[in-house]
Amino acid sequence: MDTRFHLDMTLLIFAAAVATFATRIGGYVLITRMKKIPPRLDAALNAVPAAVLTTLVAPNFYAGGPEVKIAMAFALVVGLRFNVLTMLAAGWVVVMALRHGAGW
Amino acid sequence: MSSSDFRAGLRTGLPIVLSAAPFGALFGAVAVQNGQTWAEAALMSATVYAGASQLVGLELFGHHVQPWLVILSIFAVNFRHILYSAALTKYITHFTPFQKFFAFFVLTDPQFAESVKRGETGHTVSFAWYAGVGLIIYLPWLAVTILGAFLGNLIHDPKVIGLDVLLPIYFLGLVFGFRKRDNFIPVALVAAVGSVLAYRYIGSPWHVSVGALAGVLVAACLPVRETADASEEA
Repeated sequence: MDTRFHLDMTLLIFAAAVATFATRIGGYVLITRMKKIPPRLDAALNAVPAAVLTTLVAPNFYAGGPEVKIAMAFALVVGLRFNVLTMLAAGWVVVMALRHGAGW
Repeated sequence: MSSSDFRAGLRTGLPIVLSAAPFGALFGAVAVQNGQTWAEAALMSATVYAGASQLVGLELFGHHVQPWLVILSIFAVNFRHILYSAALTKYITHFTPFQKFFAFFVLTDPQFAESVKRGETGHTVSFAWYAGVGLIIYLPWLAVTILGAFLGNLIHDPKVIGLDVLLPIYFLGLVFGFRKRDNFIPVALVAAVGSVLAYRYIGSPWHVSVGALAGVLVAACLPVRETADASEEA
C-alpha cells in the first residue's frame, strides 16, 4: 500500500460500495422473486419517481432563503414551457442576481 | 448497440452532468478536508457513486464514528435505490445479466428518472441509450471529484457562485415530468410534507426515506384504477 491508499479507509470504501450496490440491486432481486405483482404494489412502484424526487426538492425549498425560494419558483414556471437546461439557467440567474445584485 | 441511441443517451445526460458536477467537486474538496487522500476520494466516487451518501460517509469518517455505523448510515441514505431498482425492472427485462449488473451499478436518481420517463413515452429503454446516460454522468463525476480534491479551497462556499440551487432545480424539473401520472398530486404532496417534517424533526438524510415511503404508501392505499377486484395483499 502506498500513501495514496490507507488500508482502513480503502476497506471502508469497499464496504460502502457493497452496501450501496445492495440497495441498487435489492429491489430487482425482490421483485423478480414474485410470480405476480399485486396491483397495489404496482401502484406503489409507479409512485416511486414522484415520491422520491419530491423529497430531494421540498426540503431545499423549505430550508432555502427567500432568494432560493424565488429562484426555484421561477424555474418551475420556466420549466412548464422550456427544457431542463433553460430551467437551470433561469434559476441560476435569479439566485445570482438576488444574491449579488440585490445583496440578499 | 445502436449509436444513435447511445448519442441520445449522451444528450439526455448533459444537463445532469452540469447540475451534478459541482457536487462531485464539493465531495472531492470535503473528502480531502476530512482526511481522505485524493486517490481515496476518487475510489469512493468510482465504487460508491452516490453523492449524498458519499458526503454522509465523509462526515462520519471525520467524527471517527465506528465503521459499521458508517456503513449502516450509507445504506440508509441509499435505501431509496431499492425502490428504484424494483420500479426500473419492468423496463430492462431484455438486458443481459451483465448489462443488468452495469445498469444497477450506475443507477442514480437522474438515471432512474430519465429511464422511467423514456420507458413510459413508448421508447424501448435500450442498453445503448442507458449506457450513454450512465457513462456521461459517471466519467465526469469521477473527473470532478479529483478536480475538487486538488482545487478544493476554490469552491469553499458553493452558494457564492449559485451552485447550491442547481440540483434542487434539476430534480424539480424531473418531478414535474411525472405530473400526468396517476395520483401525482397526492403522492407529491404527501412526500413533500413528509420530507419537510422529517427534515425538521429527525434530520437529514432521513427525510428522503421517510418522505418517499410516505408518498409510496399513499399510492398503495389509494383506489387502484384498472382492476375492480384488486384483492388486498397485505
